[in-house]
Amino acid sequence: MAKARLMDLDKALELYEPVLGFEVHVELNTKTKMFCGCANEFGQGANTNTCPTCLGLPGGLPQVNQQAIESSIRLGLALGCEIAEYSRFARKNYFYPDTAKNFQTSQYDEPIAFNGALTIELESGREVTIEIERAHMEDDAGKLTHKGGATGRIHGAEYSLVDYNRGGVPLVEIVTRMIEGGEADSPEIAKTYVASVREIVKALGVSNARMEEGNVRCDVNLSLRPRGSGQLGTRTETKNVNSLRSIERAVRYEIQRQAAVLEAGGTITQETRHWHEDTGMTSPGRPKSDADDYRYFPEPDLVPVAPSREWVEELRATLPEPPAARRKRLQAEWGFTALEFQDVVNSELLDLVEATIAAGASAPAARKWWTGEIARLANAQGVAADTLVAPAQVAALIELVDAGTLTDRLARQVLEGVIAGEGTPVEVVEKRGLAVVSDDTALIAAIDEALAAQPDVLAKIRDGKVQAAGAVIGAVMKAMKGQADAARVRELVLERSAG
Amino acid sequence: MSDLIKLPAATLGAMLSDGSVSAVEVTRAHLDHIDAVDADIHAFLHVARQSALDTAAAVDARRGAGEELGPLAGVPIAIKDVLATRDMPTTSGSKILEGWIPPYDATVVARLRAADLVPLGKTNMDEFAMGSSTEHSAYGPTRNPWDLERIPGGSGGGSAAAVSAFEAPLALGSDTGGSIRQPAAVTGSVGVKPTYGGVSRYGAIALASSLDQVGPVSRTVLDSALLHDVIGGYDPLDSTSLTSAWPSMAAAAQAGLADGALAGMRVGVVKELNGAGFQAGVTQRFEETLALLSAAGAEIVEVSAPNFEYAVAAYYLILPAEASSNLARFDSVRFGIRVNPEDGPLTSERVMAATREAGFGPEVKRRIILGTYALSAGYYDAYYGSAQKVRTLIQRDFDAAFESVDVLVSPSAPTTAFRFGEKLADPMAMYLNDITTIPANLAGVPGMGLPMGLAPEDGLPTGLQVMAPAGEDARLYTFGAALEQLLEASWGGPLLSQAPVLTPTEMFASEEGAV
Repeated sequence: MAKARLMDLDKALELYEPVLGFEVHVELNTKTKMFCGCANEFGQGANTNTCPTCLGLPGGLPQVNQQAIESSIRLGLALGCEIAEYSRFARKNYFYPDTAKNFQTSQYDEPIAFNGALTIELESGREVTIEIERAHMEDDAGKLTHKGGATGRIHGAEYSLVDYNRGGVPLVEIVTRMIEGGEADSPEIAKTYVASVREIVKALGVSNARMEEGNVRCDVNLSLRPRGSGQLGTRTETKNVNSLRSIERAVRYEIQRQAAVLEAGGTITQETRHWHEDTGMTSPGRPKSDADDYRYFPEPDLVPVAPSREWVEELRATLPEPPAARRKRLQAEWGFTALEFQDVVNSELLDLVEATIAAGASAPAARKWWTGEIARLANAQGVAADTLVAPAQVAALIELVDAGTLTDRLARQVLEGVIAGEGTPVEVVEKRGLAVVSDDTALIAAIDEALAAQPDVLAKIRDGKVQAAGAVIGAVMKAMKGQADAARVRELVLERSAG
Repeated sequence: MSDLIKLPAATLGAMLSDGSVSAVEVTRAHLDHIDAVDADIHAFLHVARQSALDTAAAVDARRGAGEELGPLAGVPIAIKDVLATRDMPTTSGSKILEGWIPPYDATVVARLRAADLVPLGKTNMDEFAMGSSTEHSAYGPTRNPWDLERIPGGSGGGSAAAVSAFEAPLALGSDTGGSIRQPAAVTGSVGVKPTYGGVSRYGAIALASSLDQVGPVSRTVLDSALLHDVIGGYDPLDSTSLTSAWPSMAAAAQAGLADGALAGMRVGVVKELNGAGFQAGVTQRFEETLALLSAAGAEIVEVSAPNFEYAVAAYYLILPAEASSNLARFDSVRFGIRVNPEDGPLTSERVMAATREAGFGPEVKRRIILGTYALSAGYYDAYYGSAQKVRTLIQRDFDAAFESVDVLVSPSAPTTAFRFGEKLADPMAMYLNDITTIPANLAGVPGMGLPMGLAPEDGLPTGLQVMAPAGEDARLYTFGAALEQLLEASWGGPLLSQAPVLTPTEMFASEEGAV
């Protein structure tokens, strides 16, 4: 792949205004596919989750998944959209082997949701409102695997295999209006917008929302307008950018690439472009023009979707608090600094910390444990924090520390026991015998023994050299196998020395 | 030739029920007759001899064990090749599906099996149901049992010929613009296009989704009603299927046999579907039928449906548009034949193109091109959009007419059966043959075709079409059964008893019975 010339980003932004637009595809997590009863599941053998309808066999007919309609309406509402009183499916006709019917069942001029808006907040605190043109329902295509070529791409391949398990999986496509005025924030706007959509679908529970599995996929439209010119530039559409970091990088790259082309007197080709994660570059795909003719027409095999206003209002009542508002509320309630809160959010620990606090822990302790010891263990094992331990256990652990039953050091050992499946924190404390020894009789016996063994130290303490007590405290802690409160031991040492 | 093959399905069902004949005997009689005559008629694309006998034997065994079975249990039936059958090839009359055996049954086929009918095989049709003569079948035409030099109608010429040649007492058809009713007219048989949504389309290879409807084909009105009761009703696999509860069509037909069933019935004659362009003998029999109805106490009213004159034009935009999209799936990737281009690289696009070039016949290509054009950006509003508006106007014409009449009648087809080749070179002439039947499909209302006598000038069958408001299929059966009784009384027996006796062509029968 030829390396494109790039212009320095600051210079590019001096000369041009970036104009953005996004198409985000969200795969819904319904039990079955959009138009048939096949399981909506991954990891099955190729072409096992298929039937005459999703294989496009002669005579197959679609049936609409009611759960998908419900999820789409809830998503539309969460994006601030109006919900159509009358909405229809339409056929988008084009030939491609991953599309079993050689048309996609989508929506055209009568989408289920339209005219929405989503306000996102950048790290600088700047708020940007992204206008949503529409959110419509459609079915996903199958998956092509190209065999025999060196690159695994279609070019140079000897043959291709099609797996239709994904064919017919329900998608909602969210299309924004043109976003102007992003300026230098454009890459961050792109990343934050997709992150916000992802957060919303996750909060709604309508998608598994895992970008690495393609549950949320983003196409980025970008063009440059020469400063001071009223004219929009020609846009490119970078397809299937599948991580938040890549979205940011892809926007930055396209700004730099297009600026270099324009500055050299060239023209931008209206085309789709492929994002390459490894090289951080985009390469040209197929030319795309507004004249692409998909011969849309209303799908005659399906009846219109006409959600009653009552139903829409019922669904509205099921919406969770918008993620952005929730974050603001929680930060205030917990009294975290912006940095502390961001740390929790970025580590995807917000839900866990919230649940731990709900289970009785103090906010600072919950944050400390999740972002500290638990995150460290999760990282070391290469797993997600929530797979190690449940918020209720963490809250129980914190309660034991607060009660003085455990020191932090003991608590870390208890946590290990809980993670190892030895039981609840209370059970682990009992089984391992890890509780702080708070029985003064036992402590006094150990102290007396230690003082007797070190008469010189005793003499020093009696001389008022209080710091000499350290040696005795150390010996006592050792004798108690660490299960004593050092402060209490010190108190008692001084008391017994005074004798 | 066994007399069993002449009996209506209702009679066979009763005899099977009381044990006076076995399902194996009935099935064997029909298979023997197929062997004897189908080399000439070519109604069947596939005869499932062994599985038919096995099914019949299983029905006999269950009946012998005292099981209560349905009214058509053990009665043989022929199935139009447009319907998916998991144990028989399903080609829709096209080369592109040659030898394809679907992994599933169409809902109507599953219902036939559940009602213990005995599938005899698959019947010939115009490729993808595009045509009015079966001349567009990729497997050669079906011949009209009344005159082997003439067409049996289309697209369901195979099903109509099968029942009128006594190869089967019942058949399934599909009707997009007259493919059940027009073949019924030219073969002297009965056929019904139900209300759109009344019978499941799941597993019926789509021609035009918003127009297609599966329906019964038979020799008597009661037989069609009995079959309608088996195949009809809500199917969750077809989103356009109506959820309404339907009355028994058989009971409705029986009601038509009672004295005075026609008295007071208001019968509308559609001005626009009569007169100019209709064969004289067709018009004559139509007028006589009206007189018969009038004498039986029906009130004949002339009604106007001014927008019917645009029906054929609208139909030939909507149908090709939907068909162009429905037929896109025939691409060689998942099923059907695969043809590689003669030279050049083997890309999926080029293989698809070569397959479609070789697999589709000329009429199919013509309609795909028409439909693709009609849906294209810049033309959509003028063609597809306008056609949909005409469709609404036609629906309004029906609504207005049914405010003053109970049923509408017209000849089923403007002419009797034409000769092979007569209209092949002139697609417009072929298309206009469906002028009478198309409005019912555009409006979704039910229509029945039944014999109304032989045209004096050529001695060939003519047909009457009866239409009722959407959902009122039962009314067709009451009216149709009553009229059939009057007509048969005037003829001294069923019209088909006047059909020429087919002589077996022994030479080919044994080899070519099953193709």
